[in-house]
Amino acid sequence: MADKILMKGNEAIAEAAIKAGCMHYFGYPITPQTEVAAYMAKRMPKIGGCFLQAESEIAAINMVYGVASTGKRVMTSSSSPGISLKSEGLSYLAGSDLPALIVNVQRGGPGLGGIQPSQADYFQATKGGGHGDFKMIVLAPSSVQEMADLTVKGFDLADKYRMPTMLLADGTMGQMMEPVSLDYEVKETVDKPWATTGTKMEREHNIVTSLFLKPDELEDLVVERYERYKVVEENEVMYEEYMMDDADICIAAFGIAARVAKNAINEARKQGIKVGLIRPITLWPFPVAPFKKAADKVKEIISVELSMGQMIEDVRLACECKVPVTLCSRTGGMIPSPEQVLEAITRANGGAK
Amino acid sequence: MNKFKRLTLLCGHYGSGKTNVAVNLAFYLKEQYNNVVVADLDIVNPYFRTKDSIDDFKARGIELICSQYTNTNVDIPALPANMYRLTADKDITAVIDVGGDDRGAYALGRLVPEIKAENNFDMLMVINGYRPLTPDAESTVEVMREIETACGLEFTGLVNNSNIGEETTAEDIIKSIGYANEVSQASGLPIVMTSVKRELYDGLKNKIDNLLPMTLQAKPV
Repeated sequence: MADKILMKGNEAIAEAAIKAGCMHYFGYPITPQTEVAAYMAKRMPKIGGCFLQAESEIAAINMVYGVASTGKRVMTSSSSPGISLKSEGLSYLAGSDLPALIVNVQRGGPGLGGIQPSQADYFQATKGGGHGDFKMIVLAPSSVQEMADLTVKGFDLADKYRMPTMLLADGTMGQMMEPVSLDYEVKETVDKPWATTGTKMEREHNIVTSLFLKPDELEDLVVERYERYKVVEENEVMYEEYMMDDADICIAAFGIAARVAKNAINEARKQGIKVGLIRPITLWPFPVAPFKKAADKVKEIISVELSMGQMIEDVRLACECKVPVTLCSRTGGMIPSPEQVLEAITRANGGAK
Repeated sequence: MNKFKRLTLLCGHYGSGKTNVAVNLAFYLKEQYNNVVVADLDIVNPYFRTKDSIDDFKARGIELICSQYTNTNVDIPALPANMYRLTADKDITAVIDVGGDDRGAYALGRLVPEIKAENNFDMLMVINGYRPLTPDAESTVEVMREIETACGLEFTGLVNNSNIGEETTAEDIIKSIGYANEVSQASGLPIVMTSVKRELYDGLKNKIDNLLPMTLQAKPV
C-alpha cells in the first residue's frame, strides 16, 4: 500500500495529536469540527487514552486545565461559537502558564452564524482570546498535511513556552480530504518540574493557579510572561513566500485563502503580472519582517481573507503604511473565488486589460 | 459487470467514498434501466452529499430522493418523507447512499423489513484501505459488523474504492487488490466491483474485473 493515507483535515489533527503523545482529549461536538471528537472516540479507548465528551465546551476546557496541570499533553477542539465559550478557560490556562493545544475549525459568525468556513476569528485568536494580558501561539494550516504537522508542532511549542497554543483552521481545512504522511518521530523533551504529579513527600507542593491578589506580584508575573512572549516573537515566526522574488504586487493570505490566492497568482503570472504571496503560518507571532521587506518593493499588498478584514490590520502595522494595503474578501461562510482575487490583482496592476 | 438487483445499498466507513460510488453507479445503471433513483439517507454529514450532483442527475434523467434540508446548512439529521417509495414502488431501480459507520446505518433500519421481504437487493460495503481507521481486513470487518448490527441487514458484497484522492495512481489501485482480497476472505464476501477515477480506467480495465469508472464529485482547491 502507499506510504500516504487519505484523511480529512479533522481526522489528521486527531491522529497527529495521538502521535504527539496526547492521551487526553475533551470536547463537545460542533460542525464543522465534529470528526476530531468522533475520531478520538474511536481511537482513544484502543490505546488506553481518554476521550471524554464533556457536558459543554466550558467543562471541556476546564478538564484541559486539569490535565495540563499534571504536565500531560492534552487537547480540546471546537468551532467558533464553542471557542467563545472556552475563552474564560483560555485566559486561566495562560494565567497559570499551562501548555495545551486548542483547535478552532472556524465557521461563519458572529453568534451561531452558519456551518460554512470562515476566518473571522482571527482577532479573537491573535489578540488574546480571553480577558487579561496574554498571548497564545496561533498556527494556521493550509493543507491536510499541515493540519497534522502543525498539531505536532503546536504541542511542542506549548510545552517549550508553557502557554496555550491554538491551531486556527477553518471548515474547508477540516472537511477536505487529502493524502497525508504521519511518519513522526515524536520526542517530548521538555521537563515539567512545575507539574502537580504528587510530592511523594520529597518536595514542596507545586501550585498551579492564576489567582494573585497582590498587584505588584501579579505585575511582575505578567511582565515576566511578556519577556517570554518576546522570545517567541524572535524565534518562532513561520511563513511561506511564493513567487515573491520579482513581485510588484503582494498577496497576504493564510489557510484556505492562501490556496485560492495561489491559483489566482498562477493565472496572473500567465498574463505577465508579477505577483507573489506571503502566507503567515504563525498568526501570532505575526511575520512582520517579510511584509516590512515587501513594502519596500511592491506597489500594493492585497489581503485575501474570509472575513471583513482582520489580518489586514497586522499587515498594515507590519509594513508601516509604506504601501496601500487593500482587502479582497468574502465573509459569512463564503470563500473568495480565484477570479475575484485575480480581478483584485489586475486592478492593482493598473486596471483591467 | 454482474447484473444489479433492484436495490443497491451502499454502506461503509465514514469517508470511504460511498457518495462518489453511489453517484457514478447511478450513471452506469441509467445506461441499462429506465427508472433510476438515487436515495440519500445520510443523517451524519451535512457536507459532500449526492445533491451536489443534482445537475448531472437532471441531465441524465435520474431522480434524487433526499431530505428537504439537504445542502441548506440546516445541520440536523433528517430523512426524506418519500424514502418509502424505495420499497413501495417496485418499478424503480435504486442506489441508496447510506451515512457513514454504524451511526449512519441506523437510518436504514426503518426500511429493512420491507427490503428483506422483497429480497431483491444487494448491500455493498464500500472499502478504502488508504483510510486511517480501516487499513487492514480486521479493522474493516469490525466496521462491517458494527454497520450490520446497527441496520439489521447483512452485507452481500464489497466495493473496493481504495484511493488517496486526486493523487491516486494506477499503482495505488493495484496495490490495494491484496487488501481487498483479504477483506473478501475474512468476510466471505465477493468483490462486486472496483471503482477508480475515470483517468485511470483505460490503464486498468484489462487488469481488474468489474471496474467502475468514476467522475469525482468534489473538486480540488
